[in-house]
Amino acid sequence: MEEDRLLQVSGMKKYFPVRRGVFRRVVGHVKAVDDVDMFIREGETLGLVGESGCGKTTAGRTILRLIEPTAGEILFRSSELGNGSGKIVDIAKADKRELKHLRRDMQIIFQDPYSSLNPRMTVASIVGEPLVVHGIGNKKERNDRVKQLLETVGLTENHMKRYPHEFSGGQRQRIGVARALALDPELIIADEPVSALDVSIQAQVLNQLDDLQDEFGLTYLFIAHDLSVIKHISDRVAVMYLGQIVELTDVDKLFNSPLHPYTEALMSAVPVANPDFESERIILEGDVPSPVDPPSGCYFHPRCPYSEPVCSEKEPELVEVEYDHYVHCHLAEELNLMGLESGASEDD
Amino acid sequence: MSLIDLKDLKTYFYTEDGVVQAVDGVTFSINRQQTMGVVGESGSGKSVTALSVMGLVPMPPGKIVEGEILFHRDGGTVDLTKLNPKGKEMRSIRGNEIAMIFQEPMTSLNPVFTIGNQIMEAITLHQNVNKKKARKIAINMLEEVGIPLPEQRVDEYPHQLSGGMRQRAMIAMALSCNPTMLIADEPTTALDVTIQAQILELMADLQEEFDTSIMFITHDLGVIAEITNFVVVMYLGKIVESGEVHEIYHNPTMPYTQGLMESIPSLDVDKGRLQPIKGVVPDPYDVPEGCPFNNRCPHVMDVCKEEDPPLVEVAQGHKSACWLHIDH
Repeated sequence: MEEDRLLQVSGMKKYFPVRRGVFRRVVGHVKAVDDVDMFIREGETLGLVGESGCGKTTAGRTILRLIEPTAGEILFRSSELGNGSGKIVDIAKADKRELKHLRRDMQIIFQDPYSSLNPRMTVASIVGEPLVVHGIGNKKERNDRVKQLLETVGLTENHMKRYPHEFSGGQRQRIGVARALALDPELIIADEPVSALDVSIQAQVLNQLDDLQDEFGLTYLFIAHDLSVIKHISDRVAVMYLGQIVELTDVDKLFNSPLHPYTEALMSAVPVANPDFESERIILEGDVPSPVDPPSGCYFHPRCPYSEPVCSEKEPELVEVEYDHYVHCHLAEELNLMGLESGASEDD
Repeated sequence: MSLIDLKDLKTYFYTEDGVVQAVDGVTFSINRQQTMGVVGESGSGKSVTALSVMGLVPMPPGKIVEGEILFHRDGGTVDLTKLNPKGKEMRSIRGNEIAMIFQEPMTSLNPVFTIGNQIMEAITLHQNVNKKKARKIAINMLEEVGIPLPEQRVDEYPHQLSGGMRQRAMIAMALSCNPTMLIADEPTTALDVTIQAQILELMADLQEEFDTSIMFITHDLGVIAEITNFVVVMYLGKIVESGEVHEIYHNPTMPYTQGLMESIPSLDVDKGRLQPIKGVVPDPYDVPEGCPFNNRCPHVMDVCKEEDPPLVEVAQGHKSACWLHIDH
């Protein structure tokens, strides 16, 4: 693994069995994550974007091994296991003891702040629980740490004795962020952290995540379906379709000169909050196919406007077409796709 | 020519915990063949406004306490608030002249009937046709909204369709009686962007074909910019700004609208750091005195805490409710 990378995933798969009949026989598999390769550099924000059912949440949870991977390698540079020096561990093969240590390096923020906080626990016990589990500090030290964490996310000491239902959606999400920060992790996987919030509150949480990254040198895997949010927060972006990464590059390249037809279509479909913004809209035909029985060849070919015979016959590989720009398409070097700047015209 | 005029509409809910003034003095008109956007965050009263027009406010606890909803139909003008919501006249308007599509197509379609059955129900209820003819109209409508193999799909159940297809079936049902007005309450919020693009295009095409007026409710400022030509911004049951869509997006005058525009990340411009609106939407049982936005407004003055600003014209066709633009 290269020096600057914190996490490197190769060939990661997660298949869920589909069972039918009285004997619960396995009749097929939902290929939720199907051969994913990607990496995250230390201190950056990698946005993972895709439509519902594309496997982005499963990918995030498999990296943390909240879900057992079916196959693949998940390399992580752990400061916890290497006593601060950064030992490379394969999360997919880590044993129970190693995994517990790894949990201190990697944390998750969930989408729905209403269901991810235990309604019967006070804020102090929610935020302090990771400290208890990992046996950090005594009661007083933990209490001080919780107080400090709440202040970091813009809540106060007075909130400690309260229960989740007493808070608004934005405040609950802050509690979730404080919990994730409790163990001072390296990597935070944020799974749609703002999509359940009202727009005026979204901005508060996004700014806060930004500030925390600067303050604590965090690395984020930011999972979202909203391209505007992804563009705002990410340094690099991975686009997912039907369990696979179809394009992976830095945010400017992705939005200005995309190389995968799905990225192009996805971008053109987003309504822009400017009535003068006119872009050529690419309307994709049909729906996303079922991950139980994905199409032959390139998974995107039945909906792809540029599809050629080779696309239905052979599956493409994720190749580095230009420096730091990975694309999963046979025609990547032939197509001239439209980005935000080339496709848009302001007629003010 | 306006099709529907809301005049000082007030819909309140009387609950055990107190009175919620969900819609609190809303006045606007929708012209024929116009697409009007209603934008606001959760709890702003946009859905209750729609339900009031449809006569679908649950009573009790809800009640239309004041105001008029004047609907100008071919035979003359009726005030929808005066009609019995369960009476014959309202039933002949609802679903026939004014139709509605809802946010979540899975919960608003009945899972135990085929989609054909559900579309035919609306047709046989409002039009004097037999079952065979109704089925034909239903198949035609499904084809019209772009559902492949309509003869086959008409006999399928909602769970057999994808989210986008279900929303198309809902639109087919809503348009089957050729309504003059369509209320769309967050019709694309539950859908993916590529499917949302399909549905928005479909709605724009169908509006042209059927000459329908659309009231489009959403919280998504991108969708509003995309599909509407006139927009109303709601906050805590009140209209705080209204005007032509270009005017509202380029020259917002009410601090809440300005705040909304500043707080969203956008694809077309790089905003740098976002400027969020401070605080949260107040508890509906405890709305501040005076201007509803006064506890979050960066320009708050003494008068804002005492008196509610009226909605006044600040430019041609552009209205705003803010003391910054009114002499006091």
